[in-house]
Amino acid sequence: MARKITYQQAINEALDQEMARDQNVIVMGEDVAGGSGAPGEQDAWGGVLGVTRGLYAKHPGRVIDTPISESGYVGAAIGAACCGMRPVAELMFVDFLGVCFDQIFNQAAKFRYMFGGKAETPVVIRAMYGAGFRAAAQHSQCLYNIFTHIPGLKVVVPSNPYDAKGLLIQSIRDNDPVIFLEHKALYTMEGEVPEELYTVPFGEAAVVREGHDVTIVAFGRMVLKAQEAAADLQKQGIHCEIIDPRTTSPLDTDTILESVEKTGRLVVVDESHPRCSMASDIAGLVAEQAFDSLKAPIRQVTGYHAPVPFSDALEELYIPSAAKIAAAVKSVKEYK
Amino acid sequence: MTKKLTRDDLLTAYRTMRTIREFEERLHTDFATGEIPGFVHLYAGEEASATGVCMNLTKDDHIASTHRGHGHCIAKGVDPVGMMAEIWGRKTGTCKGKGGSMHIADLSVGMLGANGIVGGGGPLVCGTALAAKLRGTRNVSVCFFGDGASNQGTIFEAMNLASVWNLPVIFLAENNGYAEATSYNYSVACDTIADRASAFGMPGITVDGFDFFAVHEAAGEAIERARNGGGPSLVEVKLSRYYGHFEGDQQTYRAPGEVQNIRDTKDCLLQFARRVTASGELAQADLDAIDAEVKALIDGSVVKAKSDPKPTEADLLTDVYVSY
Repeated sequence: MARKITYQQAINEALDQEMARDQNVIVMGEDVAGGSGAPGEQDAWGGVLGVTRGLYAKHPGRVIDTPISESGYVGAAIGAACCGMRPVAELMFVDFLGVCFDQIFNQAAKFRYMFGGKAETPVVIRAMYGAGFRAAAQHSQCLYNIFTHIPGLKVVVPSNPYDAKGLLIQSIRDNDPVIFLEHKALYTMEGEVPEELYTVPFGEAAVVREGHDVTIVAFGRMVLKAQEAAADLQKQGIHCEIIDPRTTSPLDTDTILESVEKTGRLVVVDESHPRCSMASDIAGLVAEQAFDSLKAPIRQVTGYHAPVPFSDALEELYIPSAAKIAAAVKSVKEYK
Repeated sequence: MTKKLTRDDLLTAYRTMRTIREFEERLHTDFATGEIPGFVHLYAGEEASATGVCMNLTKDDHIASTHRGHGHCIAKGVDPVGMMAEIWGRKTGTCKGKGGSMHIADLSVGMLGANGIVGGGGPLVCGTALAAKLRGTRNVSVCFFGDGASNQGTIFEAMNLASVWNLPVIFLAENNGYAEATSYNYSVACDTIADRASAFGMPGITVDGFDFFAVHEAAGEAIERARNGGGPSLVEVKLSRYYGHFEGDQQTYRAPGEVQNIRDTKDCLLQFARRVTASGELAQADLDAIDAEVKALIDGSVVKAKSDPKPTEADLLTDVYVSY
């Protein structure tokens, strides 16, 4: 039965239910319980924003606080995965990728290929990403494009509570290393989520809105911004089709290409920096494979080629807005 | 041996510690109104460390700091008025409102930046120290880091590198007992952080971080050794933070009354005032005058920060490169 819960609760529930189902699932990270060795509460935080709250008491010994040693514990999660555990390691902010990337991209991502198909590394690395919290340049990045670039990694960017739960369960059950990215501004978003276990398959985009004028491909939080823009444009007689790929690797290219073949126009919305981004990746894909269908140039609405600024005045300008998306859609619709 | 502290030194020490305390207490109050953007990690309670260390440094020496960096900034000579504007996201801030609380830096006074990445500063000070060594300047570099960062690979690598290259670096571990919410007792495998020094071939010492004089002397010895070509040291300062990991942290992991007890019995400003007035080196009136002066400075910084302009669209894409 479905009921309304938040994106954050959906993630917590997926972890809880999978831990109950499979003893090989363990959760580790900095303060995923919070308070280890301290005189007060031993389950004080449940993650810095409380996403794993309560799991420590429900699954004794399997929710493990770590020292601030990302290379150490992310690597340990990968090692444990190599021998059949299904660890979910939390890298608090995706920006902390910088201190443990070797274990992810040179180790986990390459084992299967380098070892001639003899290794399985069913690890999940969860991290929050994205701007909007005035958290400045080292706590606000997207970076999914960097993981997407690496063969061997699967990359998940859920945009709503239903997908968050189903995709996280799929991530835990998947036999490859998965990077599961949670936009911090979505944690309080509510949506219908079934109580029971279910999976959302990788590489299957969701068409979250149907329309015949312009295709918008958007990722994570940008799906919401695109919906806001599309609702506004509808009143002006412009009908947008919004596609949420849900996973950047694997990427559901068929759904994107079919939509562009129908509309002839494409706007890609990606919160990350524009260079070598998901926006440029999809623009390239469509330019190469659906060129004959295009009635207008492809437009990309992205962040800027600059670090995420701190001041609210600048950060609001930095993040792609519904108004910018709407302007881009109009420009391709009106293109002659 | 370090030099005896003059009356002016004592006044400077008290003014610096009081400025940090007032700055942080004011942020604690103002953060609760919801007007201050982002994450703020307060240094209140730890003032004797930044002050005791930095009073041994010149403007041309370097420090690297942490996410809990306001105290290090003030002690190294960064203007608190600019810092306040930065934390409020104003164009007049130390970093034009682009960095915020976690990234305040002022290279003109040798402050390499607060840091959003735990352990980020260790390797950087090896670089500033290498430059000093190659240029023969006798300048030293100090890496402030916490008990949490003491477990980061970057810190281990930096300590080894500093010894291998015999660099003028002081690794200054501020052990406040908690890496975010996780206790030092859980996360650090050895008894003291200073114990790790021997593994990297350098001297290590643990100091009472509530005692300005103890920190000043221990850091002074390590800094003097580094200036004279004697290589790196590890100084562990044991202290406590009075507020949460970040503002808003409910701190249920701490014991009831833990902070109040420390405030009442060990507070660095309290101890300092008692000692210098008992010895007759300073009068209570001297301290009161500084308190009033500092309060006016911080009040003024907040008034100014609130009325200063925010950056605009023209600022969004500047400062990414020197040239492009």
